This record gives sequence, structure tokens and C-alpha cells, in this order.
Amino acid sequence: MDFLALYVTLKLALITTVLLMVIAAPVAYALAYYRFAGKSFLEALIYLPMALPPTVIGFYLIIIMGPKGFVGKTWEMLTGGSLLFTFIGITVASIIYSIPFAVQPMKAAFAKIDRRLLESAYVLGLSRRAAFFRVIIPNSVNGIAAAAILVFLHSIGAFGVLLMVGGSIPGETKVASIAIYEAVEMMNYEVAGMIALSFIPISYAFLLLINKLNERTRI
Amino acid sequence: MSIAVSLKKKLKYFDLDISFSCAKKNMVVMIGPSGGGKTTIIRMLAGLEKPKEGKIVFGDEVWFDSLRHVNVPPQKRRLGYVFQDYTLFPHLNLYENATFAAVDKKEVDELFELFKIGHLKKRRPQMVSGGERQRCAICQALARHPRILLLDEPFSALDAITRRGLREELKSLKGRMSFPIIYVTHDITEALYLADELLPVVDGKIDNQWLQRMITREPSQEVALRAAREPRLTLVY
Repeated sequence: MDFLALYVTLKLALITTVLLMVIAAPVAYALAYYRFAGKSFLEALIYLPMALPPTVIGFYLIIIMGPKGFVGKTWEMLTGGSLLFTFIGITVASIIYSIPFAVQPMKAAFAKIDRRLLESAYVLGLSRRAAFFRVIIPNSVNGIAAAAILVFLHSIGAFGVLLMVGGSIPGETKVASIAIYEAVEMMNYEVAGMIALSFIPISYAFLLLINKLNERTRI
Repeated sequence: MSIAVSLKKKLKYFDLDISFSCAKKNMVVMIGPSGGGKTTIIRMLAGLEKPKEGKIVFGDEVWFDSLRHVNVPPQKRRLGYVFQDYTLFPHLNLYENATFAAVDKKEVDELFELFKIGHLKKRRPQMVSGGERQRCAICQALARHPRILLLDEPFSALDAITRRGLREELKSLKGRMSFPIIYVTHDITEALYLADELLPVVDGKIDNQWLQRMITREPSQEVALRAAREPRLTLVY
């Protein structure tokens, strides 16, 4: 059983989730509360990773993060190393791959909050930022939790993007889904089966949790 | 401190064009049929909506002046605003709601005693009655030490008996407050009971004959017909 690959998967999913929540919250806030030129174009662009084949995302990420790409070059200048085939590289890829799953539920949760609550907060002297932390966040906890779970599950399942950007370096970029694929290729069904089986309870438990959260929101 | 207001704005069905003032310790009651622009006026005073033209001066502070492009945001106006329907924060209990922007938390205890909701401190807004929620909303507004109090039909969603009780509490409270109060209602009884000064607002303008017409009910009047759709306005209780 490839525990190392499972460990890399969980580590990647956890870091992706935490970082993406922080990145996506202000984006979701802007999409829910501001009107600006080109908003629908920006929104579609943010959701694009959901509609593209993972290999297409992977391809463009290789171009951008490669030694000749803008991001890759800057990274090399700063750290002296390559971004491709590293854990940081697949973290970046995983974040981009899961952005829609963080932004969409959070935006929906923010937009659902009664405007008058915010107006009341402003009249009571709260700045927009303070109202975000004291009114919007506490009243959309369920939506934020749902977003986090979706991102976590989606990152666990990432395969094509990660394989293209990170390859399969044990302990670094070889995640469980890649380990399963490789084990099957080598006709090692026992190993593949064990890793595959370990996914089922994790994913199932998280889905149950999402349902619970949704029920609570409806009340 | 007193407030002087003149506002103009094109609304969907009529043009808002109104000016009035309210001295300290005074209660101006804005009365008129629903959809006549009363809430819009209150929202403009609070800074939640922007008039097209006009001026709002509080004491020697200019809150809004279209000519000089002054528009003080709601956060800086330091006013109390009790909304038409309950806008307490659902994630906080009544006490946390009232202390949300309180200057001195100890005062909230006194206010809760005064409004007889001291025993409900730990309850969430959805766990108490409408009247208790509005009492808490008034506490929340007062705890911030507002310089003016705006009440937009605060009791209109309540049953008649609760409404009458709260109306009396508000009147006794008024005697102790030193700031101007602007109260919006479409209930004539409430208006006559509370007002130091009546401000009949019909289609965005002051219409001093409205009240007279309402009481005598001339059926030929178009405005009276509209008011007939409102809940019955009774003068006897």
C-alpha cells in the first residue's frame, strides 16, 4: 500500500483548501456585491477551469510555469529552481484547477445575505471590511464550509493536471490517483485496489457532511 | 442639535421634493400612504440612498450637499435607525445584538430592563416574538448613543396590543431623550399619539390637507381611494 502517495494527496488537498479559501473569499465578495464593467467576462473566466479538460489546463500551466513561461522564469529568478515537477508546482496547479469550486458556493452564500443586515451594520458604524468579518462571514459559515469540502474533494481527485505539471515523483508529486494509475499499468491490482478503497470512506463522509450543511442552511 | 433637510430625486412613479426640519427633543412623524416615499426619505437621511439634489444639515455638520459634493457615509453620521422589519443579526443573541455597537455595555443592561427583555438576553432573534425583536432593535440603536433616531414603521408588523404597549413605551422614552426623532408610520392613531409635529407625505411631497381628507374621507379623492386599500385606520382605541 502506497501510504506516501496518500499522504501527498491529503497534504496537497489540505493546503489547496486553506489557501484557496483565503484567495477566493474576496473574489466571491466582489462578485456578489459589486457591479463593474466586464464582470460577467471575469466570472466566466474564473469558472473556466471547471469547463476545460484537465489536460488542457495542464498544458497551459506547463507553458506558463515552464522555464520559458512568465511564471516559471520569475520563480527561477527568485528561488533558482524549477516550478514544474515540484510540490509547490502541483499546489499552484491544484489551486487553479479548483478555483470555481471555491468561488461559486461562497458567492452564492454571500449573495444570499439580506442586504438590510449590511445596511444596519453600516448605520451602526461598521466599515465595509468590519461588516465582512462581523456580519457576512458568520452568516455564511455553511456556504464557506460547503466550498471548503468541495475544494478538498475535488483536489483529492485531481489527476490529469497534476500528472502533466508534476509528473510522478514519490513523496513530492506522486499523488494517490497517479499511484493507482501506475499500479494498474503494472498490473498490480492489489495495491491499486487498496488505495482506491481508502478513498471511498473519505469522500462519502465529506459528502454526508455537505448534505448536513445544506439541510441546516435551508432551515 | 437639530436637523434641516431638503431633498429632491426622481423616483419611479413620482418626483420626491421635500424639505423639513426637526429640532432636538422633538418628534416629527411622517405620515402618508404606503409607497409615498417615506422610507426613501429616511434612507436618504441615514446615508443609504443618495438624493439627486438637496442638502442635509445636522447641527453645524453637513451630511449631504449636492452642490458641494458632500456625502457623509452612514458609518459617520452616528444615528440610530430602526428598520421596518427585523434586521437584528441572526447569528447573535439579543444581548450581543444590542451591544454590537454599544458605547458602554453596562447601559445595555439598563436598556434591557427598561424595555422588559432582560430575561431574553441569551435568546436568538428568531426565538423571540416580533415585539421583543423590535424592542431589542431599539436598544441596539440607543446603545450607540445616536445623535438622531430614525424609526421606520417599527411596529407595523406587530399585533394591535403589542403595538399599543410599545407606542406608550416609546412616548415615555421620548421625554428622556435629548435628540430629534423622526418616526414614519401610515397609522393615523399612532401619528396623533406620538407626534410633536406631523408631516404628511404624499407622492414625495408634503401635503398638509391629506390628514384632513383622510379623516373626513372624501371618496372622490384619488388619494383617499388609495388609502382605502390600507389596513383600516381607526381613530378609536
